[in-house]
Amino acid sequence: MTVRTWSRGGPGADVLVRGARVVDPLAGLDQTLDVLVRKGRIAAVGNDLAAPARVRVVEGEGRLLLPGFVDLHTHLRTPGREDEEDLTTASAAAAAGGYVAMFGMANTDPVVDSAAVLEGLARRAGAEATVPTGFFASLSRDLAGRQLTEMYELAQAGVVGFSDDGKPVGSAQLLRRALQYAKVTDRFVAVHAQDDSLMGGGVMHEGAVSAKLGLGGIPAIAESADVARALEVARYEQGRLHLCHLSTALALEHLERARALDLPVSAEACPHHLTLTDEVVTSLDSNLKMNPPLRAESDRRAIVSALRSGLVDCVATDHAPHAQQEKEVPFEAAPFGTTGLETAFAVLYGELVLKKELSLAVLVTRMSQTPARLAGLPVPTLVSGEPADFCLADGAARWTVEAAALHSKSTNSAWLGQTLQGRVTLTVAAGRIVFDDRA
Amino acid sequence: MAKRDLLSIDDLTRAEAELILETAESFLPVLQRDIKKVPTLRGRTIINMFYESSTRTLTSFELAAKRLSADTMNVRAAGSAVDKGESLKDTILTLSAYQPDIIVMRHPQIGACLLASRFTQASVINAGDGKFQHPSQCLLDLFTMRQALGRELDGKKVWIVGDILHSRVARSDIAGFQLLGMDVTVAGPPSLIPRDVESLGVSVEYSLDRLAEADVVYLLRMQMERMQEGANFIPSLREYSTLYGMTLERLRPGQKVMHPGPINRGVEISPEVADHPDTLILEQVEAGLAVRMAILYRTIAGYDERSADERGVA
Repeated sequence: MTVRTWSRGGPGADVLVRGARVVDPLAGLDQTLDVLVRKGRIAAVGNDLAAPARVRVVEGEGRLLLPGFVDLHTHLRTPGREDEEDLTTASAAAAAGGYVAMFGMANTDPVVDSAAVLEGLARRAGAEATVPTGFFASLSRDLAGRQLTEMYELAQAGVVGFSDDGKPVGSAQLLRRALQYAKVTDRFVAVHAQDDSLMGGGVMHEGAVSAKLGLGGIPAIAESADVARALEVARYEQGRLHLCHLSTALALEHLERARALDLPVSAEACPHHLTLTDEVVTSLDSNLKMNPPLRAESDRRAIVSALRSGLVDCVATDHAPHAQQEKEVPFEAAPFGTTGLETAFAVLYGELVLKKELSLAVLVTRMSQTPARLAGLPVPTLVSGEPADFCLADGAARWTVEAAALHSKSTNSAWLGQTLQGRVTLTVAAGRIVFDDRA
Repeated sequence: MAKRDLLSIDDLTRAEAELILETAESFLPVLQRDIKKVPTLRGRTIINMFYESSTRTLTSFELAAKRLSADTMNVRAAGSAVDKGESLKDTILTLSAYQPDIIVMRHPQIGACLLASRFTQASVINAGDGKFQHPSQCLLDLFTMRQALGRELDGKKVWIVGDILHSRVARSDIAGFQLLGMDVTVAGPPSLIPRDVESLGVSVEYSLDRLAEADVVYLLRMQMERMQEGANFIPSLREYSTLYGMTLERLRPGQKVMHPGPINRGVEISPEVADHPDTLILEQVEAGLAVRMAILYRTIAGYDERSADERGVA
């Protein structure tokens, strides 16, 4: 029962990237090299490689050549809200962000809770997606938090895991059953940890800024209490648990303890929680409203430190497109979420790598190789004979996030109008050129 | 020239706030005349757009505009296109097509006035946006205190007592009282005091034991309409009243009592205190008219080098 992704077919690329700085922690590379791709596979990595006939040569001087990124947390909005995003535009956004694979969450309309829905979606991905796209199935039918989905059949159909993301798991009992059953399916259960009874109608982090603005606060314990509960269940069942979008230092304390106990638990963090804090919400810009919310600076630093150490395994975008008319309302009335696929690398490179909070090698590991391994995909690496899954980025390029230039169908980016540093210029996914800024 | 909004008390410097208060004082004699109208804003259009119920604020803004001879109209959300699903943006764009000079707006959601301001060439005055701000209330409270305690408010102690968490009046007042140098304490049940509120520079009390230190006791009502059912902020109004209700026994002679209204007699304020001569609730209402005239005047006419004569009050 392998995890599957779907995308449009096509001939493999023939490309020679010359003289780029290749950073591939898995292969132990950080040096200037040429990389030759023939028919979609890495054919050679070395110095002064000759360009065979009919191979496109890309000058990589001054550029970074990185294993392609894998997103374990994307909201594709398809089926149901194709006005916000479809598989073509999500692919374009992912490709422009250097992603070579992404996994859609199940909270669509209809919910991905049966093999029949999944198959329909997979067929569309096979026709429309340029970037290989896989899917989560929901953990409970119709996300209602009561009855488990047919996890075995869904795993056979190729889902990457099970999640009711967007909502917390309905009860500890349901989580227990899912973790028990996940052993049969060899898949992980991804949890949006949140104690609803502590949400209190909150719309931002509870703290000094919410006190000032009067916005309802979401306390840090809404996350950490539910993380603690989930970890207790995972400990008892020794089940494969994945914690989505951790945002608080308190939750990390529980995760640390679980790691010490060697539990089969993984965790992700989002670019916005790694780089922004509740301070920016004073602008009342609804693009800064997400769940979990932007937290305090002490939380942000704790999450960065956990990503550095590996306590948090990977970066995931929680890419959440929303229609303009739904975000162009007062903060409280707006839906939660920011887009993230196109900006993730630039945000993290500019804000963490260039500011020395994280090394480029660790960032690459957390954006590419670890999430690929967690998903059960072939791990992108720049080694001869491997499939070509990489991106080329200009670390010096500064660019302003402008609505009109975004590839996503939605423009609700937390960084709209901001100038970022670091820009993907070429993406090769599954051996095909899916993004080329000169095309 | 850029339009002049009043969205938050933080929009004002101390000098600007004091100028509004002084302008309001200069309007006071007008309000005592037989003919209570000046031609200052003749030909100007002011729309009062209220998405939330209001008695004091709406009547006060409307009357202020009329006293200044502006053309006014009131739009209420109930019974308007808002009921038909029109968005805030589209309502503002529609009303703006009439080229109003000012939109006075009340809305149940935080930041709605800020958002509205982006869509209109009219100046926007925030008449209360959810739990965030109510700047004209703060200015009329400052005006009332200056009338009662003297112009020098620096160092005076004010206790704001009650449901701080859900109160836009508290948020505006904390900032505005501090702007004029006052020392602010918030008091109430811990569940209704925002977490980390100390970061706003206030002291926090969970009982009224030290209330005697206050020069002004500023009472707030329980905003039951903003509390989710089952949230259990307080066990009962009766218990709230026992702990935090303002009674004659708690009132130190000479202490002033204020309240933005509407009051709930027997809950946050006993009937005896409500009718007490040291209670300034009606003075606040009266101040509201002069202060809102000053706010409207400032919004359109500005102050630069203008004399009282030009304001039409000489």
